[in-house]
Amino acid sequence: MSFPKQDAFEFGIYTLGDHLPNPINGERISAQERIKQIIEMAKLAEQAGVDFFSVGESHQEYFATQAHTVVLAAIAQATSKIKIGSSSTIISTLDPVRLYEDFATIDLISEGRAEIIAGRASRVGLYKLLGYNLNNYEELFDEKFELLLKINAQEVVNWSGEFRKPLKDAHILPRPAAGKIPIWRAVGGTTASAIQAGKTGVPMFMAHLGGAATSFKRTIDAYREAADEAGFDSAKLPVATAGFFYGAETTQQALQEYYPHINEGMKLTNGRGFPKQHFAQGMDNRDILNVGSPQQIIEKLLYQHELFGNQRYTGQLDFGGVPFDKIMKNIDIIGTEIIPALRKYTSDKER
Amino acid sequence: MKITLLVGTTIGSKTNIALQLMKQYVEKQFAEDDVQLLSLADYQIQFSDGRNYLEYEGDTGYVAQELMDSDVIIIGTPIFQASLPGTLKNIFDLLPQQALLGKVVGIIVTAGSGKHYLVAEQQLKPILSYMKAQLVQTYVFIEEKDFQQKTIVNDDVLFRMERLAEDVKMQVDAQLAIQAKKDAEYGF
Repeated sequence: MSFPKQDAFEFGIYTLGDHLPNPINGERISAQERIKQIIEMAKLAEQAGVDFFSVGESHQEYFATQAHTVVLAAIAQATSKIKIGSSSTIISTLDPVRLYEDFATIDLISEGRAEIIAGRASRVGLYKLLGYNLNNYEELFDEKFELLLKINAQEVVNWSGEFRKPLKDAHILPRPAAGKIPIWRAVGGTTASAIQAGKTGVPMFMAHLGGAATSFKRTIDAYREAADEAGFDSAKLPVATAGFFYGAETTQQALQEYYPHINEGMKLTNGRGFPKQHFAQGMDNRDILNVGSPQQIIEKLLYQHELFGNQRYTGQLDFGGVPFDKIMKNIDIIGTEIIPALRKYTSDKER
Repeated sequence: MKITLLVGTTIGSKTNIALQLMKQYVEKQFAEDDVQLLSLADYQIQFSDGRNYLEYEGDTGYVAQELMDSDVIIIGTPIFQASLPGTLKNIFDLLPQQALLGKVVGIIVTAGSGKHYLVAEQQLKPILSYMKAQLVQTYVFIEEKDFQQKTIVNDDVLFRMERLAEDVKMQVDAQLAIQAKKDAEYGF
Protein backbone atom coordinates (compact mmCIF):
# COMPACT_ATOMS: atom_id res chain seq x y z
CA MET A 1 0.00 0.00 0.00
CA SER A 2 1.65 3.18 -1.07
CA PHE A 3 0.10 6.43 -2.04
CA PRO A 4 2.53 8.80 -3.76
CA LYS A 5 4.80 10.51 -1.23
CA GLN A 6 3.86 14.05 -0.39
CA ASP A 7 6.92 15.47 -2.12
CA ALA A 8 6.48 13.32 -5.22
CA PHE A 9 5.17 14.31 -8.61
CA GLU A 10 4.24 11.07 -10.29
CA PHE A 11 3.28 10.81 -13.92
CA GLY A 12 0.48 8.46 -14.90
CA ILE A 13 -1.55 7.48 -17.94
CA TYR A 14 -5.22 6.60 -17.81
CA THR A 15 -7.74 5.31 -20.28
CA LEU A 16 -11.50 5.29 -19.97
CA GLY A 17 -11.48 2.12 -22.03
CA ASP A 18 -13.39 3.91 -24.78
CA HIS A 19 -13.87 2.04 -28.02
CA LEU A 20 -14.54 4.76 -30.55
CA PRO A 21 -14.00 5.05 -34.28
CA ASN A 22 -11.02 7.03 -35.49
CA PRO A 23 -12.74 10.13 -36.92
CA ILE A 24 -9.92 10.73 -39.41
CA ASN A 25 -10.61 7.56 -41.41
CA GLY A 26 -13.84 6.29 -39.82
CA GLU A 27 -12.25 2.98 -38.88
CA ARG A 28 -13.10 1.23 -35.65
CA ILE A 29 -10.95 -1.61 -34.40
CA SER A 30 -12.60 -4.62 -32.73
CA ALA A 31 -13.21 -4.73 -28.97
CA GLN A 32 -10.61 -7.47 -28.80
CA GLU A 33 -8.01 -5.33 -30.50
CA ARG A 34 -8.88 -2.39 -28.27
CA ILE A 35 -8.49 -4.40 -25.06
CA LYS A 36 -5.17 -5.81 -26.25
CA GLN A 37 -4.11 -2.29 -27.19
CA ILE A 38 -4.81 -1.11 -23.63
CA ILE A 39 -2.71 -3.93 -22.16
CA GLU A 40 0.06 -3.07 -24.61
CA MET A 41 -0.18 0.61 -23.62
CA ALA A 42 0.40 -0.36 -19.99
CA LYS A 43 3.50 -2.34 -20.93
CA LEU A 44 4.89 0.52 -23.00
CA ALA A 45 4.09 2.97 -20.20
CA GLU A 46 6.05 0.85 -17.77
CA GLN A 47 9.02 0.71 -20.14
CA ALA A 48 8.88 4.49 -20.49
CA GLY A 49 9.14 4.95 -16.73
CA VAL A 50 5.51 6.01 -16.18
CA ASP A 51 4.52 5.62 -12.51
CA PHE A 52 0.87 4.71 -12.84
CA PHE A 53 -1.60 3.27 -15.36
CA SER A 54 -5.34 3.01 -14.93
CA VAL A 55 -8.41 1.74 -16.75
CA GLY A 56 -11.97 3.01 -16.40
CA GLU A 57 -15.34 1.34 -16.16
CA SER A 58 -18.19 2.56 -18.39
CA HIS A 59 -21.28 0.52 -19.17
CA GLN A 60 -22.43 2.12 -22.37
CA GLU A 61 -21.99 2.11 -26.09
CA TYR A 62 -18.48 2.93 -27.38
CA PHE A 63 -16.66 1.41 -24.41
CA ALA A 64 -14.84 -1.90 -24.10
CA THR A 65 -13.62 -2.21 -20.50
CA GLN A 66 -16.86 -2.78 -18.62
CA ALA A 67 -15.00 -5.60 -16.86
CA HIS A 68 -12.14 -3.28 -15.97
CA THR A 69 -10.89 -5.47 -13.12
CA VAL A 70 -10.33 -8.31 -15.59
CA VAL A 71 -8.33 -6.02 -17.86
CA LEU A 72 -6.36 -4.80 -14.84
CA ALA A 73 -5.58 -8.40 -13.89
CA ALA A 74 -4.13 -8.95 -17.37
CA ILE A 75 -2.08 -5.76 -16.99
CA ALA A 76 -0.91 -6.91 -13.55
CA GLN A 77 0.43 -10.07 -15.15
CA ALA A 78 2.01 -8.28 -18.11
CA THR A 79 3.89 -5.67 -16.07
CA SER A 80 6.19 -5.68 -13.06
CA LYS A 81 6.80 -2.17 -11.72
CA ILE A 82 4.08 0.27 -12.74
CA LYS A 83 1.28 1.00 -10.25
CA ILE A 84 -2.11 0.06 -11.63
CA GLY A 85 -5.60 1.24 -10.82
CA SER A 86 -9.10 2.06 -11.95
CA SER A 87 -10.27 5.38 -13.36
CA SER A 88 -12.73 5.01 -12.18
CA THR A 89 -14.52 2.11 -10.53
CA ILE A 90 -18.23 2.86 -10.19
CA ILE A 91 -18.63 1.63 -6.66
CA SER A 92 -22.30 2.72 -6.54
CA THR A 93 -23.40 -0.19 -8.71
CA LEU A 94 -20.96 -2.82 -7.45
CA ASP A 95 -20.85 -4.98 -4.37
CA PRO A 96 -17.91 -3.62 -2.35
CA VAL A 97 -17.12 -7.12 -1.08
CA ARG A 98 -16.74 -8.57 -4.57
CA LEU A 99 -14.89 -5.51 -5.75
CA TYR A 100 -12.45 -5.73 -2.86
CA GLU A 101 -11.87 -9.42 -3.57
CA ASP A 102 -11.07 -8.49 -7.19
CA PHE A 103 -8.67 -5.71 -6.31
CA ALA A 104 -6.98 -7.65 -3.53
CA THR A 105 -6.38 -10.39 -6.08
CA ILE A 106 -5.02 -7.91 -8.63
CA ASP A 107 -2.81 -6.57 -5.86
CA LEU A 108 -1.45 -10.05 -5.15
CA ILE A 109 -0.88 -10.82 -8.84
CA SER A 110 0.91 -7.48 -9.26
CA GLU A 111 2.81 -7.84 -5.98
CA GLY A 112 1.31 -4.81 -4.29
CA ARG A 113 0.72 -2.39 -7.15
CA ALA A 114 -3.09 -2.08 -7.16
CA GLU A 115 -5.09 1.07 -6.38
CA ILE A 116 -8.82 1.79 -6.43
CA ILE A 117 -10.25 5.07 -7.63
CA ALA A 118 -13.95 5.03 -6.84
CA GLY A 119 -16.49 7.30 -8.49
CA ARG A 120 -20.19 7.78 -9.19
CA ALA A 121 -20.27 7.79 -13.02
CA SER A 122 -21.09 10.75 -15.21
CA ARG A 123 -23.40 8.69 -17.41
CA VAL A 124 -26.09 6.76 -15.62
CA GLY A 125 -27.24 4.00 -17.98
CA LEU A 126 -25.44 1.46 -15.80
CA TYR A 127 -27.94 1.97 -12.99
CA LYS A 128 -30.67 0.47 -15.13
CA LEU A 129 -28.39 -2.17 -16.64
CA LEU A 130 -27.20 -3.39 -13.27
CA GLY A 131 -30.52 -3.06 -11.50
CA TYR A 132 -30.15 0.05 -9.36
CA ASN A 133 -32.41 3.04 -8.88
CA LEU A 134 -31.01 6.30 -10.17
CA ASN A 135 -32.88 8.14 -7.43
CA ASN A 136 -30.34 6.64 -5.00
CA TYR A 137 -27.37 8.07 -6.91
CA GLU A 138 -25.82 9.82 -3.88
CA GLU A 139 -26.85 7.32 -1.21
CA LEU A 140 -25.56 4.32 -3.16
CA PHE A 141 -22.15 5.87 -3.52
CA ASP A 142 -21.91 7.08 0.06
CA GLU A 143 -22.93 3.75 1.57
CA LYS A 144 -20.86 1.53 -0.69
CA PHE A 145 -17.79 3.73 -0.57
CA GLU A 146 -17.95 3.72 3.22
CA LEU A 147 -18.18 -0.07 3.22
CA LEU A 148 -15.26 -0.33 0.80
CA LEU A 149 -13.10 1.82 3.09
CA LYS A 150 -14.14 -0.30 6.05
CA ILE A 151 -13.22 -3.56 4.32
CA ASN A 152 -9.84 -2.02 3.48
CA ALA A 153 -9.28 -0.96 7.08
CA GLN A 154 -10.22 -4.25 8.74
CA GLU A 155 -10.16 -7.88 7.74
CA VAL A 156 -13.23 -8.88 9.72
CA VAL A 157 -16.19 -6.65 9.02
CA ASN A 158 -19.46 -6.02 10.84
CA TRP A 159 -21.66 -3.75 8.85
CA SER A 160 -25.27 -3.06 7.94
CA GLY A 161 -26.79 -0.66 5.45
CA GLU A 162 -29.67 -0.06 3.10
CA PHE A 163 -28.43 -1.41 -0.21
CA ARG A 164 -26.73 -4.64 0.75
CA LYS A 165 -27.35 -7.50 3.16
CA PRO A 166 -25.58 -6.98 6.50
CA LEU A 167 -22.13 -8.40 7.10
CA LYS A 168 -21.63 -10.19 10.41
CA ASP A 169 -18.08 -11.13 11.37
CA ALA A 170 -17.44 -11.36 7.65
CA HIS A 171 -13.90 -12.32 6.77
CA ILE A 172 -13.05 -10.53 3.52
CA LEU A 173 -10.29 -12.38 1.68
CA PRO A 174 -7.76 -12.43 0.18
CA ARG A 175 -5.95 -9.56 1.84
CA PRO A 176 -3.75 -7.38 -0.38
CA ALA A 177 0.05 -7.72 -0.26
CA ALA A 178 0.59 -4.88 2.21
CA GLY A 179 -2.68 -5.40 4.06
CA LYS A 180 -4.34 -2.37 2.46
CA ILE A 181 -4.98 -0.92 -0.97
CA PRO A 182 -4.72 2.81 -1.73
CA ILE A 183 -8.29 4.05 -2.28
CA TRP A 184 -9.03 7.42 -3.88
CA ARG A 185 -12.27 9.24 -4.48
CA ALA A 186 -12.82 10.26 -8.10
CA VAL A 187 -14.01 13.85 -8.38
CA GLY A 188 -15.37 15.12 -11.68
CA GLY A 189 -14.52 18.72 -11.00
CA THR A 190 -17.47 19.84 -8.89
CA THR A 191 -16.60 21.53 -5.64
CA ALA A 192 -19.35 19.63 -3.82
CA SER A 193 -17.78 16.27 -4.66
CA ALA A 194 -14.31 17.55 -3.68
CA ILE A 195 -15.67 18.68 -0.33
CA GLN A 196 -17.18 15.24 0.23
CA ALA A 197 -13.80 13.65 -0.50
CA GLY A 198 -12.21 16.01 2.01
CA LYS A 199 -14.78 15.31 4.68
CA THR A 200 -14.16 11.57 4.28
CA GLY A 201 -10.42 12.14 4.53
CA VAL A 202 -9.62 10.16 1.38
CA PRO A 203 -7.15 11.17 -1.33
CA MET A 204 -8.74 12.93 -4.30
CA PHE A 205 -8.36 11.97 -7.93
CA MET A 206 -9.68 15.01 -9.80
CA ALA A 207 -10.52 14.78 -13.49
CA HIS A 208 -10.73 17.91 -15.60
CA LEU A 209 -11.47 18.92 -19.17
CA GLY A 210 -10.20 22.38 -20.07
CA GLY A 211 -10.25 25.80 -18.49
CA ALA A 212 -8.15 28.01 -16.27
CA ALA A 213 -5.93 25.98 -13.94
CA THR A 214 -6.66 28.50 -11.20
CA SER A 215 -10.34 27.45 -11.25
CA PHE A 216 -9.31 23.89 -10.41
CA LYS A 217 -7.02 25.20 -7.70
CA ARG A 218 -10.15 26.45 -5.91
CA THR A 219 -11.62 22.94 -6.03
CA ILE A 220 -8.44 21.52 -4.54
CA ASP A 221 -8.41 24.22 -1.85
CA ALA A 222 -12.01 23.37 -0.97
CA TYR A 223 -11.03 19.71 -0.69
CA ARG A 224 -8.14 20.47 1.66
CA GLU A 225 -10.17 22.88 3.77
CA ALA A 226 -12.94 20.31 4.15
CA ALA A 227 -10.40 17.66 5.16
CA ASP A 228 -8.80 19.92 7.77
CA GLU A 229 -12.17 20.96 9.14
CA ALA A 230 -13.14 17.31 9.52
CA GLY A 231 -10.04 16.66 11.59
CA PHE A 232 -7.78 15.16 8.93
CA ASP A 233 -4.41 16.56 7.96
CA SER A 234 -4.68 17.74 4.36
CA ALA A 235 -0.89 17.95 4.16
CA LYS A 236 -0.88 14.16 4.28
CA LEU A 237 -3.61 13.59 1.69
CA PRO A 238 -2.39 13.16 -1.86
CA VAL A 239 -4.12 14.83 -4.78
CA ALA A 240 -4.02 13.49 -8.33
CA THR A 241 -5.19 15.44 -11.35
CA ALA A 242 -6.27 13.87 -14.62
CA GLY A 243 -7.12 15.15 -18.06
CA PHE A 244 -6.48 15.17 -21.78
CA PHE A 245 -2.85 14.84 -22.77
CA TYR A 246 -1.30 14.91 -26.21
CA GLY A 247 2.19 15.76 -27.34
CA ALA A 248 3.56 16.35 -30.84
CA GLU A 249 6.52 18.16 -32.31
CA THR A 250 4.75 21.48 -32.29
CA THR A 251 1.76 22.73 -30.32
CA GLN A 252 -0.12 23.38 -33.55
CA GLN A 253 0.46 19.82 -34.71
CA ALA A 254 -0.74 18.47 -31.35
CA LEU A 255 -3.96 20.49 -31.60
CA GLN A 256 -4.51 19.38 -35.19
CA GLU A 257 -3.95 15.74 -34.42
CA TYR A 258 -5.88 15.41 -31.17
CA TYR A 259 -8.84 17.77 -31.64
CA PRO A 260 -10.89 15.58 -34.03
CA HIS A 261 -10.57 12.63 -31.63
CA ILE A 262 -11.68 14.67 -28.63
CA ASN A 263 -14.47 16.49 -30.40
CA GLU A 264 -15.99 13.52 -32.23
CA GLY A 265 -15.39 11.16 -29.31
CA MET A 266 -17.16 13.45 -26.88
CA LYS A 267 -20.06 13.87 -29.28
CA LEU A 268 -20.57 10.10 -29.33
CA THR A 269 -20.07 9.46 -25.63
CA ASN A 270 -21.46 12.66 -24.08
CA GLY A 271 -23.67 14.09 -26.79
CA ARG A 272 -21.67 17.31 -27.13
CA GLY A 273 -18.33 18.04 -28.69
CA PHE A 274 -15.46 20.07 -27.25
CA PRO A 275 -15.85 23.67 -28.47
CA LYS A 276 -12.95 24.54 -30.75
CA GLN A 277 -12.59 27.96 -29.19
CA HIS A 278 -11.99 26.38 -25.77
CA PHE A 279 -9.58 23.86 -27.24
CA ALA A 280 -7.64 26.69 -28.92
CA GLN A 281 -7.35 28.44 -25.55
CA GLY A 282 -5.72 25.25 -24.32
CA MET A 283 -2.55 26.56 -25.96
CA ASP A 284 -2.26 29.13 -23.21
CA ASN A 285 0.01 27.98 -20.41
CA ARG A 286 -2.56 29.01 -17.82
CA ASP A 287 -5.09 26.54 -19.28
CA ILE A 288 -5.14 23.07 -17.75
CA LEU A 289 -5.36 21.21 -21.09
CA ASN A 290 -2.02 19.44 -21.46
CA VAL A 291 -1.84 19.38 -25.23
CA GLY A 292 1.11 20.79 -27.14
CA SER A 293 4.81 20.47 -27.80
CA PRO A 294 6.81 18.53 -25.17
CA GLN A 295 8.37 21.76 -23.91
CA GLN A 296 5.01 23.44 -23.54
CA ILE A 297 3.53 20.43 -21.75
CA ILE A 298 6.49 20.42 -19.35
CA GLU A 299 5.95 24.10 -18.60
CA LYS A 300 2.24 23.54 -18.08
CA LEU A 301 2.69 20.54 -15.82
CA LEU A 302 5.26 22.32 -13.68
CA TYR A 303 2.99 25.36 -13.40
CA GLN A 304 0.08 23.12 -12.41
CA HIS A 305 2.24 21.23 -9.92
CA GLU A 306 3.36 24.45 -8.31
CA LEU A 307 -0.20 25.75 -8.21
CA PHE A 308 -1.90 22.57 -7.00
CA GLY A 309 0.77 20.84 -4.95
CA ASN A 310 -0.50 17.63 -6.57
CA GLN A 311 1.37 14.39 -6.10
CA ARG A 312 0.36 12.85 -9.38
CA TYR A 313 -0.77 13.87 -12.85
CA THR A 314 -2.43 11.34 -15.13
CA GLY A 315 -2.89 11.99 -18.82
CA GLN A 316 -5.53 10.60 -21.15
CA LEU A 317 -3.89 10.27 -24.55
CA ASP A 318 -5.91 7.58 -26.30
CA PHE A 319 -9.45 8.98 -26.28
CA GLY A 320 -11.57 8.93 -29.41
CA GLY A 321 -9.83 6.29 -31.52
CA VAL A 322 -6.29 7.68 -31.52
CA PRO A 323 -4.31 5.27 -33.75
CA PHE A 324 -1.81 3.08 -31.95
CA ASP A 325 1.26 4.57 -33.63
CA LYS A 326 0.28 7.96 -32.21
CA ILE A 327 -0.28 6.42 -28.78
CA MET A 328 3.20 4.89 -28.97
CA LYS A 329 4.68 8.20 -30.09
CA ASN A 330 3.10 9.92 -27.09
CA ILE A 331 4.36 7.37 -24.62
CA ASP A 332 7.79 7.81 -26.19
CA ILE A 333 7.62 11.59 -25.71
CA ILE A 334 6.56 11.03 -22.11
CA GLY A 335 9.43 8.67 -21.44
CA THR A 336 12.20 10.55 -23.21
CA GLU A 337 11.26 14.20 -22.66
CA ILE A 338 8.51 14.83 -20.16
CA ILE A 339 9.27 12.52 -17.27
CA PRO A 340 13.02 13.33 -17.24
CA ALA A 341 12.22 17.05 -17.10
CA LEU A 342 9.67 16.59 -14.31
CA ARG A 343 12.08 14.39 -12.36
CA LYS A 344 14.81 16.97 -12.67
CA TYR A 345 12.54 19.68 -11.40
CA THR A 346 11.13 17.75 -8.48
CA SER A 347 14.52 16.37 -7.45
CA ASP A 348 16.09 19.84 -7.61
CA LYS A 349 13.37 21.56 -5.71
CA GLU A 350 11.85 19.02 -3.45
CA ARG A 351 14.18 16.15 -2.75
CA MET B 1 -28.28 21.72 -42.48
CA LYS B 2 -31.13 20.74 -40.21
CA ILE B 3 -33.84 23.18 -39.18
CA THR B 4 -36.43 22.38 -36.54
CA LEU B 5 -39.53 24.37 -35.67
CA LEU B 6 -40.57 23.41 -32.17
CA VAL B 7 -44.12 23.90 -30.90
CA GLY B 8 -43.46 24.22 -27.19
CA THR B 9 -46.89 23.30 -25.88
CA THR B 10 -49.11 20.23 -25.81
CA ILE B 11 -52.39 22.16 -25.78
CA GLY B 12 -54.07 24.84 -27.87
CA SER B 13 -53.78 25.39 -31.59
CA LYS B 14 -52.47 28.90 -32.21
CA THR B 15 -48.76 28.25 -31.71
CA ASN B 16 -49.04 25.25 -33.99
CA ILE B 17 -50.87 27.27 -36.67
CA ALA B 18 -48.24 30.01 -36.50
CA LEU B 19 -45.38 27.56 -36.82
CA GLN B 20 -47.02 25.70 -39.73
CA LEU B 21 -47.11 29.03 -41.57
CA MET B 22 -43.62 29.91 -40.45
CA LYS B 23 -42.39 26.60 -41.80
CA GLN B 24 -43.30 27.73 -45.33
CA TYR B 25 -41.30 30.93 -44.98
CA VAL B 26 -38.38 28.98 -43.55
CA GLU B 27 -38.52 26.46 -46.40
CA LYS B 28 -38.32 29.31 -48.88
CA GLN B 29 -35.14 30.58 -47.22
CA PHE B 30 -33.61 27.14 -46.73
CA ALA B 31 -34.70 25.43 -49.94
CA GLU B 32 -31.81 22.95 -49.93
CA ASP B 33 -32.12 21.97 -46.29
CA ASP B 34 -34.05 19.61 -44.08
CA VAL B 35 -36.88 21.55 -42.39
CA GLN B 36 -39.14 19.83 -39.88
CA LEU B 37 -41.83 20.80 -37.39
CA LEU B 38 -41.97 19.06 -34.02
CA SER B 39 -45.05 19.63 -31.91
CA LEU B 40 -44.80 18.52 -28.31
CA ALA B 41 -48.47 17.51 -28.49
CA ASP B 42 -47.41 14.58 -30.67
CA TYR B 43 -44.99 13.14 -28.11
CA GLN B 44 -45.01 11.70 -24.62
CA ILE B 45 -42.15 13.56 -22.98
CA GLN B 46 -41.03 12.66 -19.47
CA PHE B 47 -39.81 15.17 -16.93
CA SER B 48 -36.10 15.84 -16.83
CA ASP B 49 -34.29 13.90 -14.11
CA GLY B 50 -30.84 15.28 -14.78
CA ARG B 51 -29.41 12.39 -16.79
CA ASN B 52 -27.43 12.90 -19.99
CA TYR B 53 -29.87 13.45 -22.85
CA LEU B 54 -28.44 10.43 -24.69
CA GLU B 55 -29.88 8.22 -21.98
CA TYR B 56 -33.54 9.14 -22.37
CA GLU B 57 -35.57 6.62 -24.27
CA GLY B 58 -38.62 6.75 -26.51
CA ASP B 59 -40.18 10.11 -27.41
CA THR B 60 -38.07 12.00 -24.87
CA GLY B 61 -34.83 10.69 -26.32
CA TYR B 62 -36.09 11.28 -29.84
CA VAL B 63 -37.05 14.93 -29.35
CA ALA B 64 -33.86 15.71 -27.40
CA GLN B 65 -31.72 14.16 -30.12
CA GLU B 66 -33.56 15.97 -32.92
CA LEU B 67 -32.98 19.30 -31.20
CA MET B 68 -29.32 18.53 -30.53
CA ASP B 69 -28.88 17.56 -34.18
CA SER B 70 -30.47 20.79 -35.43
CA ASP B 71 -28.42 23.72 -36.66
CA VAL B 72 -31.37 26.09 -36.48
CA ILE B 73 -34.31 26.02 -34.06
CA ILE B 74 -37.41 28.18 -34.27
CA ILE B 75 -39.18 28.03 -30.94
CA GLY B 76 -42.90 28.66 -30.89
CA THR B 77 -44.45 29.23 -27.49
CA PRO B 78 -47.73 30.37 -26.01
CA ILE B 79 -47.79 32.29 -22.73
CA PHE B 80 -49.36 30.53 -19.76
CA GLN B 81 -49.76 32.26 -16.38
CA ALA B 82 -47.61 35.13 -17.61
CA SER B 83 -44.77 32.73 -18.37
CA LEU B 84 -43.49 29.91 -20.56
CA PRO B 85 -45.41 26.66 -20.61
CA GLY B 86 -43.83 24.05 -18.36
CA THR B 87 -43.61 21.70 -21.33
CA LEU B 88 -41.15 24.03 -23.05
CA LYS B 89 -39.08 24.62 -19.93
CA ASN B 90 -38.87 20.86 -19.51
CA ILE B 91 -37.33 20.59 -22.98
CA PHE B 92 -34.57 22.98 -21.93
CA ASP B 93 -34.09 21.00 -18.72
CA LEU B 94 -33.64 17.78 -20.71
CA LEU B 95 -30.74 19.23 -22.68
CA PRO B 96 -27.17 19.81 -21.48
CA GLN B 97 -25.69 23.16 -20.56
CA GLN B 98 -24.57 24.99 -23.68
CA ALA B 99 -26.78 22.71 -25.74
CA LEU B 100 -27.49 25.57 -28.14
CA LEU B 101 -23.88 26.54 -28.76
CA GLY B 102 -23.45 27.36 -32.43
CA LYS B 103 -27.18 27.01 -33.15
CA VAL B 104 -29.21 29.93 -34.49
CA VAL B 105 -32.48 30.27 -32.56
CA GLY B 106 -35.54 32.32 -33.45
CA ILE B 107 -38.70 32.89 -31.42
CA ILE B 108 -42.40 33.15 -32.18
CA VAL B 109 -44.80 33.92 -29.34
CA THR B 110 -48.56 33.58 -29.29
CA ALA B 111 -50.44 35.24 -26.46
CA GLY B 112 -53.90 36.23 -25.34
CA SER B 113 -53.02 39.89 -25.23
CA GLY B 114 -50.23 42.41 -25.68
CA LYS B 115 -49.72 42.49 -21.91
CA HIS B 116 -47.47 39.45 -22.35
CA TYR B 117 -45.14 41.03 -24.87
CA LEU B 118 -42.10 41.08 -22.57
CA VAL B 119 -42.38 37.50 -21.34
CA ALA B 120 -40.14 36.19 -24.13
CA GLU B 121 -37.72 39.06 -23.62
CA GLN B 122 -37.45 38.56 -19.89
CA GLN B 123 -37.97 34.84 -19.45
CA LEU B 124 -37.18 32.98 -22.65
CA LYS B 125 -34.18 34.92 -23.96
CA PRO B 126 -32.13 34.55 -20.74
CA ILE B 127 -32.51 30.77 -20.93
CA LEU B 128 -31.48 30.68 -24.58
CA SER B 129 -28.51 32.95 -23.88
CA TYR B 130 -27.45 30.75 -20.98
CA MET B 131 -27.58 27.77 -23.31
CA LYS B 132 -25.32 29.74 -25.71
CA ALA B 133 -27.76 30.14 -28.59
CA GLN B 134 -27.02 32.54 -31.43
CA LEU B 135 -30.22 34.41 -30.79
CA VAL B 136 -32.12 36.25 -33.49
CA GLN B 137 -32.99 39.24 -31.35
CA THR B 138 -36.25 40.24 -32.98
CA TYR B 139 -39.12 37.88 -32.37
CA VAL B 140 -42.63 37.67 -33.73
CA PHE B 141 -45.35 38.31 -31.19
CA ILE B 142 -48.85 37.25 -32.22
CA GLU B 143 -52.00 38.12 -30.30
CA GLU B 144 -55.31 36.29 -30.12
CA LYS B 145 -56.95 39.01 -32.24
CA ASP B 146 -54.58 38.19 -35.11
CA PHE B 147 -56.24 34.77 -35.48
CA GLN B 148 -59.60 33.93 -36.97
CA GLN B 149 -61.02 30.56 -37.98
CA LYS B 150 -57.73 28.74 -37.31
CA THR B 151 -55.68 31.04 -39.47
CA ILE B 152 -53.72 34.25 -39.13
CA VAL B 153 -55.64 37.15 -40.56
CA ASN B 154 -53.24 39.99 -39.86
CA ASP B 155 -50.99 40.59 -42.86
CA ASP B 156 -48.55 42.45 -40.66
CA VAL B 157 -47.95 39.26 -38.67
CA LEU B 158 -47.27 37.37 -41.89
CA PHE B 159 -44.82 40.07 -42.99
CA ARG B 160 -43.07 39.84 -39.64
CA MET B 161 -42.80 36.06 -39.93
CA GLU B 162 -41.35 36.42 -43.42
CA ARG B 163 -38.78 38.87 -42.06
CA LEU B 164 -37.93 36.55 -39.18
CA ALA B 165 -37.22 33.74 -41.68
CA GLU B 166 -34.96 36.13 -43.62
CA ASP B 167 -33.21 37.24 -40.43
CA VAL B 168 -32.63 33.63 -39.40
CA LYS B 169 -31.13 32.87 -42.80
CA MET B 170 -28.95 35.98 -42.67
CA GLN B 171 -27.69 35.07 -39.21
CA VAL B 172 -26.95 31.50 -40.28
CA ASP B 173 -24.96 32.76 -43.27
CA ALA B 174 -23.07 35.23 -41.13
CA GLN B 175 -22.38 32.57 -38.54
CA LEU B 176 -21.05 30.15 -41.15
CA ALA B 177 -18.80 32.80 -42.69
CA ILE B 178 -17.40 33.87 -39.31
CA GLN B 179 -16.86 30.26 -38.25
CA ALA B 180 -15.03 29.44 -41.48
CA LYS B 181 -12.77 32.44 -40.92
CA LYS B 182 -12.11 31.44 -37.31
CA ASP B 183 -11.41 27.83 -38.28
CA ALA B 184 -8.84 29.03 -40.79
CA GLU B 185 -7.21 31.10 -38.04
CA TYR B 186 -7.16 28.16 -35.62
CA GLY B 187 -5.65 25.93 -38.25
CA PHE B 188 -6.91 22.71 -36.66
